[in-house]
Amino acid sequence: MPKNIRRWGPPLLLVSPSLILLAVFVYGLLAINAKTSGTDNHTAAQTTGRAPVQWVWFDNFVDLLGSESFQHSLKNLVIYTVVFLAGTMFFGFLWAFLLDRPVRFEGWFRSIYLFPMAVSFVASGVVWRWLLNSNQGEAASGLNRLFQNIGLGFLQNNWWNNPDWGIAAIAIPAIWQMSGYVMALFLAGFRGIPEELREAARVDGANEWQLYRHVLFPQLSPVALSAVIIVGHMSLKAFDLIMSISKPANYQTKVPAIDMYQFKLSFDYANAAAVGVILLVIVAILIVPYLVHINRAEKH
Amino acid sequence: MRTRRTLTALVAGLAASSLLLAACSSNDPETPSGTGGAGGDDASEVEVFTWWASGSEKLGLDALVQVFEEQHPDTKFVNGAIAGGAGSAAKELLQSRLQAQDPPDTFQAHAGAELTDYINAGQLEDVSNLYDEFGLRDAFPKDLVDRLTVDGKIYSVPSNIHRANVVWANPSVLEDAGLDPKATYATLDDWFTALDKVKASGKTALSIATTWTQVHLFETVLLSSLGTDKYNGLWDGSTDWAGADVTKALENFEKLMSYTNTDRDGLDWPDATQQVIDGKAGFNVMGDWAEAAFQEAKKQAPADYIYFPVPGTDGVFDFLADSFTLPVGSKHPGGTKNWLNTISSLDGQIAFNKAKGSIPARKDAQPSEFSAYQQSAMESFGQDTIVSSLAHGAAAPVATLNAISEAVSKFTTGAGDLATFQSDLVAANAG
Amino acid sequence: MTTAFDSLTEPIKAAPRTGGGTAGRDRITVSRTVKYVLLLLFVAIVLIPVYVLLVTSFKGPGDADPSRAWSLPQVWTLDNWTGAWAALQAPLWRTIALVVPSALISAVLGSMNGFVLARWRFRGADLVFTLILFGMFIPYQAVMIPLVQLMLNSGIPSGIPTLIVLHVIYGLPITTLIFRNYYMSVPNELVEAARVDGAGMLRTYWSVVLPISVPSFVVVLIWQFTSAWNDFLFAVFFSSSRNGPVTIALNNLANGAMLTDYGISMSGALLASLPTLLVYVLLGKYFIGGLMSGSVKG
Repeated sequence: MPKNIRRWGPPLLLVSPSLILLAVFVYGLLAINAKTSGTDNHTAAQTTGRAPVQWVWFDNFVDLLGSESFQHSLKNLVIYTVVFLAGTMFFGFLWAFLLDRPVRFEGWFRSIYLFPMAVSFVASGVVWRWLLNSNQGEAASGLNRLFQNIGLGFLQNNWWNNPDWGIAAIAIPAIWQMSGYVMALFLAGFRGIPEELREAARVDGANEWQLYRHVLFPQLSPVALSAVIIVGHMSLKAFDLIMSISKPANYQTKVPAIDMYQFKLSFDYANAAAVGVILLVIVAILIVPYLVHINRAEKH
Repeated sequence: MRTRRTLTALVAGLAASSLLLAACSSNDPETPSGTGGAGGDDASEVEVFTWWASGSEKLGLDALVQVFEEQHPDTKFVNGAIAGGAGSAAKELLQSRLQAQDPPDTFQAHAGAELTDYINAGQLEDVSNLYDEFGLRDAFPKDLVDRLTVDGKIYSVPSNIHRANVVWANPSVLEDAGLDPKATYATLDDWFTALDKVKASGKTALSIATTWTQVHLFETVLLSSLGTDKYNGLWDGSTDWAGADVTKALENFEKLMSYTNTDRDGLDWPDATQQVIDGKAGFNVMGDWAEAAFQEAKKQAPADYIYFPVPGTDGVFDFLADSFTLPVGSKHPGGTKNWLNTISSLDGQIAFNKAKGSIPARKDAQPSEFSAYQQSAMESFGQDTIVSSLAHGAAAPVATLNAISEAVSKFTTGAGDLATFQSDLVAANAG
Repeated sequence: MTTAFDSLTEPIKAAPRTGGGTAGRDRITVSRTVKYVLLLLFVAIVLIPVYVLLVTSFKGPGDADPSRAWSLPQVWTLDNWTGAWAALQAPLWRTIALVVPSALISAVLGSMNGFVLARWRFRGADLVFTLILFGMFIPYQAVMIPLVQLMLNSGIPSGIPTLIVLHVIYGLPITTLIFRNYYMSVPNELVEAARVDGAGMLRTYWSVVLPISVPSFVVVLIWQFTSAWNDFLFAVFFSSSRNGPVTIALNNLANGAMLTDYGISMSGALLASLPTLLVYVLLGKYFIGGLMSGSVKG
């Protein structure tokens, strides 16, 4: 018995505060949320117990997933996430690639590329609303005006003001904000590769491109995976961005988190909770394979 | 109830670790007074929850607080202002606090249907006794008191009135387009001809902004096309949303939207009004808080800008009002009572509205103390038919307004046609 | 891949420099020029929004308008900056009082978790890790109402103390993730050596592991600093303009229910981002270093 305590005690002591906190603040709250999502708590009177609440099992989910409006939100979330991930990975990787070999003023470049992370969307959202103004031609302002001025007028477009693909433009500020972080991750990845590996490849007669293509890039796949997870979890935060750039009521840019917000404000707690559960399930579907993968990688 | 007990149990289990954390971190200079619970008539302070955090709204609130401190020096005013804007989370916050039974002593809300949910949830006290005590039934127009009364009870006290159905125009843009700035338009059709001319002159005929301003325009079109009785019927169920006259109104709305700027969804109302101020657009439909934007730009009516009721709504006052409430479970109900007393008093309403640019709800305020626009609005308010604004929460509950807003947005971004729009509207009002 | 590894085992000969001739040097000069041109181009792109923020922050009320976003101020004014400074001064200090302890506490807890999960291979360790990690993806909107109730019942004073607690708790998943990945890469021998010396788990953690964790601490601190600094949602729910952080003040500064003052909102935005920028500049080198030393190898 004492032996067991010696073996189990210390590690348990170290992790238990976190586990207790997470059990309450994550799983306790999620359980309450899940419970609400199975009820018909759709009106203000029900939220305070002045009208009876019935258990309806999965009705809310069936209704939501069947509604055209919610499907539109889900489609937007998918487009947003794909564009956001692809964009941050592309720019982050490219910048890291450019800064990998010694570059003068590297510190400056790095700081500037990281800077957007420091700016809160609470206020910079307004700037992005201006930049992504959809007017073209004579009335153009924002980026469209800039394109005209630098002779790239053909790049003008109506940005997020498009019911099908508009949401992709909302990802631009998010890419702007997070690419620097991905750059830092990749840069660290590049720097973490032992110098001998590069030398050895050169000895073998590889040119610079072959060196990167066949030796260095493959080393970076774990970094890329980490980056996808860390950046991917930011994609759920699209909410702040849409709230400040577009508006919650704009149909073309709505995502499930916006629906949840609107449901909750109109006292439809059951549907709000159901949207929350759906979001969590989506996350689980995406993250579980990652966890399985890293576990397998570690066993080797 | 059971949720509460579970929570309490969880909290107990949590106590040890959170105490540890709190101990490390209690360097906050301000320690809020304990959980009171004094109840009764505690008037030691009043926490006032508003969205008035900047601009003319803040000036209005400051002026009001000054009057409050004179009238009730013993009650401490605690400012709970959280801006709207990106912080629409402020409304979520209010909801959560009410739900957690930790309400502010009073909060700002649009008078009318926006309060329905709070009333149904049993979160607001009936304040009709205060109407009697303060003599407000006679001080406010009867039309207004009727619109605030739900099943014989009144749940809020208005501090100011705004008018929604106002067109703002730039006379020099109109002259350049060959129009007489003094002309009036009896119907929307008359107005369309004028809009055509402005459009032909190369300017934006009608400037507009994001979804809520489109809903704002939409409501004035409904009012103009259907007339007051049918417009009111939309909200009590006596007018059929699927009817042919509504279809006609939707067509008018579609036509009006064709005169507007394409970047509308990315703008907020001041940007749209600014286009009229700058002479880039001919007309703009906006509530009378736009007056403040013209004042700020140092413009004079009627030389620099003109205003008139939305064509077809002359003699109708599409109103919205800011009002204050007494939440159930307020910790300082005496303080709330004092606050409601000040905001409904003649001095309070005059001080507040002079700074904010809106008009007093009281009939006994002297127009001469106010600006030219405010005087005209006060005159209309005294004699026009009063109807409730949709976009600003007076006409329909939040859920209905949200659903209508989504339908309008879906339509104006081109994700659905007119028939879809109408069926979305029918669904919005059925749910 | 294979060739590279094979050649590693051979004694390294004098590495022949690639591209010794003038033609090669020219090529290098060209590619270096292209590289700098690209780097500068991206700097320009990244700074576009910053330019707009900056010029607008010096504009008067009528001048600060979307249609004039690109032009310089008609009249340069410092009013916005002085106004923003007056409004944000006190909240900025409160934000520091919030961000520093919450970043430190969550880093320490994350490091303890990371150590245990990386080094102590008990049955179900992966499950525990998964459960912790999942907390990263919680949709906060969905749990706000019970959370408000929970915090109210907990008796922790609203404002900064509550926010510290929340940022610590919801920062745990990501700090645990970063530290765990880092400790996975720490050579086993180090820990084993300590164990042979008779050190228990706590001693090993304290005297062996903690001292070598500095790089990961930098990474975690930067992350937590940034996210707590820019947080708005928790700030709105658990503090007010009287006792809340700078994002609340920034929002109140800029947005009325009806009116928006663009100039002051943009100078405020820049002002509020300066401390974070300072942290990046000061810790930037260690940031890359910290990431390098293994913390990103999933």
